[in-house]
Amino acid sequence: IDDVGHKYHLELVLEDVLDKDSTVNCTAEVLYHLGNKNIAPAVQFTIEGELKNTDEADNIFYSRIKSLEKELVAENIPDSHGSVSPEMEPIRLLAQVASGYVIWQNSTENTKFQLAQIKHVKQVKRSDDCLEFDYMILLHEMVSQEIIPWQMTVLWHPQHGVQVTQDSCQPKHALE
Amino acid sequence: ILISDLQKAIENQTGLRSYRNRRSLSGYNYEVYHSLEEIQGWMHHLNKTHSDLVHMFSVGKSYEGRPLFVLKLGKRSRPYKKAVWIDCGIHAREWIGPAFCQWFVKEALQTYQTDPAMRKMLTQLYFYIMPVFNVDGYHFSWTNDRFWRKTRSKNTRLRCHGVDANRNWKVKWCDEGASFHPCDDTYCGPFPESEPEVKAVAHFLRKHRKQIKAYLSFHAYAQMLLYPYSYKYATIPNFSCVESAAYNAVNALQSAYGIRYRYGPASSTLYVSSGSSMDWAYKNGIPYAFAFELRDTGHFGFLLPETLIKPTCTETMLAVKNITLHLLKKCH
Repeated sequence: IDDVGHKYHLELVLEDVLDKDSTVNCTAEVLYHLGNKNIAPAVQFTIEGELKNTDEADNIFYSRIKSLEKELVAENIPDSHGSVSPEMEPIRLLAQVASGYVIWQNSTENTKFQLAQIKHVKQVKRSDDCLEFDYMILLHEMVSQEIIPWQMTVLWHPQHGVQVTQDSCQPKHALE
Repeated sequence: ILISDLQKAIENQTGLRSYRNRRSLSGYNYEVYHSLEEIQGWMHHLNKTHSDLVHMFSVGKSYEGRPLFVLKLGKRSRPYKKAVWIDCGIHAREWIGPAFCQWFVKEALQTYQTDPAMRKMLTQLYFYIMPVFNVDGYHFSWTNDRFWRKTRSKNTRLRCHGVDANRNWKVKWCDEGASFHPCDDTYCGPFPESEPEVKAVAHFLRKHRKQIKAYLSFHAYAQMLLYPYSYKYATIPNFSCVESAAYNAVNALQSAYGIRYRYGPASSTLYVSSGSSMDWAYKNGIPYAFAFELRDTGHFGFLLPETLIKPTCTETMLAVKNITLHLLKKCH
């Protein structure tokens, strides 16, 4: 679109990572802005039908974390061999959702980001009902093949959903 | 009598079958990732126990002085046989690559007697298998940085180490899709074949260029089967042969577990890159040059769980056997 950017019309199928047989059709429009690459692409989408209800699993996870005596701390999820302990699985799913937001905010037509690993995660105590996690993640960018450390602060509540309140790209040697 | 064959029951329980058969491979676990030392030990073991089909040799030394081992697989049936070259682990963090190379060798040795296709392959061809190309990088990914990609050569000026071993070959070197900056993960190096690993393998492939009819390089991740060119958008001369080989291979792969691979020229299927081993092999006269990007498509990425080693390797075997048998049917 002259003077505006490139618009893509997509028809895609969403697949539940926890249940490969559960799929839902989706259409979307993505607009990459010309010029200023610091603006996230504009996305509009519609989903055919409904997404699965996850209230039970959400509440189990929420109660478990709320009842921990000490704030949760973990690192290297998955580990070098690809293993994730069952207790850490929801922490990982949360990171995948939150990193989706970070990836969206930083994507251009020449990038392809994936969440490579959670390097470190630390629960932050809160006075309200929300759970807060401070993540240090590694993003893999396919075109440059770089591994980019990224810090993100994630808020979650079963009824209020996921929110990334803060995120920042880290210098490569932040890990050393 | 509660147990009819006690001997059998005990053997089944403790895997005693392994030392009844001196030539057994069953002591080694092919469904876990192995360190460089373990892989080298495994190669030495096979060299000793399967000397009729396996010959281990070195093509040179890595930057840090490690030997670059290759296994030559095949029956010494006739004086001159064509060959297939397979390498894994050009990029250190792509652990499923070396896992597949080991799996391939295991399958070859275990099914040579019972599978007519495998027997045909090993009788009519030699296979040169390099389970770990980038030995220094692979070792580093085990001890220091799981996401290391490049070699471990020291840069004279900057603090950054390593060269992308798949950007260091002498074919349109350091053009698009490679970086001149030593700190980047696609750094092409100070000059082509600057990396001793690349130089050693290039030397071997050049020496055997008349014998080698297929070059297969294993990477991760993306689930793709790629052929030249990577450095430009153009069609190779023997496109119809290569494309049909790729099409059949991808279908064979899918028949195992339904996993879909995309296939096509690397430049349009994945991205443009220059100085790759696949393009170099093709330019050097090897008619079938392929690069596999194995599982998955990003959910686990480089950290593919060990539980997925077996399905990944099983389906990939079908593709490799398919390409090999296609090669024997003469469409070059």
